[in-house]
Amino acid sequence: MERRCTGSEVKGVSTGTTILAAIYDGGVVIGSDSRASIGGEYVSSKTINKVIQVHDRIFCCMSGSLADAQAVTKAAKFQLSFHRFMERPPLVIAAATIMKELCYKNKEDLQAGFITAGWDHRHGPQVYVVSLGGMLVSQPVTIGGSGSTYIYGYVDAKYKPNMSREECLQFATNALALAMGRDNVSGGVAHLAVISETGVEHVVVPGNKLPRFNHE
Amino acid sequence: MALSSVLQSPAPGFNFDNAARNAALGRNDGGHTPKPLKTGTTIAGSGFQGEWWADKACAKIHYISPNIYCCGAGTAADTEKTTDLLSSNLTIFSLNSGRNPRVVMAANILQDMLYRYRGQIGANLILGGVDCTGNHLYKVGPYGSVDKTAYLSMGSGDLAALGILEDGFKPDLEMEQAKDLVRAAIQAGIMSDLGSGNNIDICVITRDGVDYIRPYQESETIKYKYRPGTTRVLTEKVVPLKLEVVHESVKKMVTG
Repeated sequence: MERRCTGSEVKGVSTGTTILAAIYDGGVVIGSDSRASIGGEYVSSKTINKVIQVHDRIFCCMSGSLADAQAVTKAAKFQLSFHRFMERPPLVIAAATIMKELCYKNKEDLQAGFITAGWDHRHGPQVYVVSLGGMLVSQPVTIGGSGSTYIYGYVDAKYKPNMSREECLQFATNALALAMGRDNVSGGVAHLAVISETGVEHVVVPGNKLPRFNHE
Repeated sequence: MALSSVLQSPAPGFNFDNAARNAALGRNDGGHTPKPLKTGTTIAGSGFQGEWWADKACAKIHYISPNIYCCGAGTAADTEKTTDLLSSNLTIFSLNSGRNPRVVMAANILQDMLYRYRGQIGANLILGGVDCTGNHLYKVGPYGSVDKTAYLSMGSGDLAALGILEDGFKPDLEMEQAKDLVRAAIQAGIMSDLGSGNNIDICVITRDGVDYIRPYQESETIKYKYRPGTTRVLTEKVVPLKLEVVHESVKKMVTG
């Protein structure tokens, strides 16, 4: 299939995605769509998992080349596993820094960006963005991937700090639904993970159960 | 490239040890480097109640381990060698640990190997098998991306086969239904794709063992031999070739 799709910037399978993370009062919601495409023409998977658990309370969302992103998250998960020899679980910034080091040191060879979100005992819920070249930035709410361009307005208008868990979950679901509705390389189901001190909850919203808006 | 242990990772980067040798061979021998052969294939895999099976036309279903088989599309040499390497690695693992390998191990080894070569190895692989955790089906792309699904197809005829699979797949298929579904999917690939053709092979892997049906369905055989007299001879002309002996040399064999 790949030789039919040429001229794409990403070689091979692309996540061509919408990913986001947002902090609420007591935790963080991280989510993505589930479509993988080749050359922007062919959907190679409708059910790809882009929300990867790298530690008990730390998740990563991937965007860009699927092969590169999977390789980086695998390496990060491996490095984070050494924290089992410490007294306490790793900080979210530790995970984000591992991703950043991998992305920055290998920036010529990699085409992948990440959102790292989680909860730790020192700083509570946090969200970090590692962009394509390896820049690491902490933000209360962030969106990424090709579908994110369609929801900057929505996120800027609708995000409020210290939302409740339900409000934040609804906000994230709406944002994903809007992006998936407009971006051709985002779609499938919405994968969400709600991370807090007490634990992690996975929420999967099938395509036909996503919120619909007036004009649809 | 030979690894004595599955867990030992090779040195980073490409291995160019043979580059000088190959160049020398090209010069001295007057030989040419072999052209890569593309398979032009349709391969499909599908899970059914509790087990899974794959089937394939035009190329082999490769043995990986007693409970894992792999279909390969793309460059024939690459799929052949990659699956051979994988099989060797997992055999070493089995000997070391005394266990059958898990499908996820095979998928991870393939992913690491193909990612290291940055897409230069043109292998699109469907990996499937049954292990102690259940039945699994993985798709591995040439750049090293891995996707775990319930049914999939790859190769030049993948779109045709995927249409059939999408239409017919249900989560609780019986074995015969699943075999028939994949047969129909491959048939669609054979009919619609110029690169696919001929027979259909099926490999059914269950907890109890492997049933490698080769062929599951044969294409109609085309006869190329005709009996003498089929074509009428109109005229015949015989021209003897004049040959003269230019040079004769006799060399006696020295014995004793």
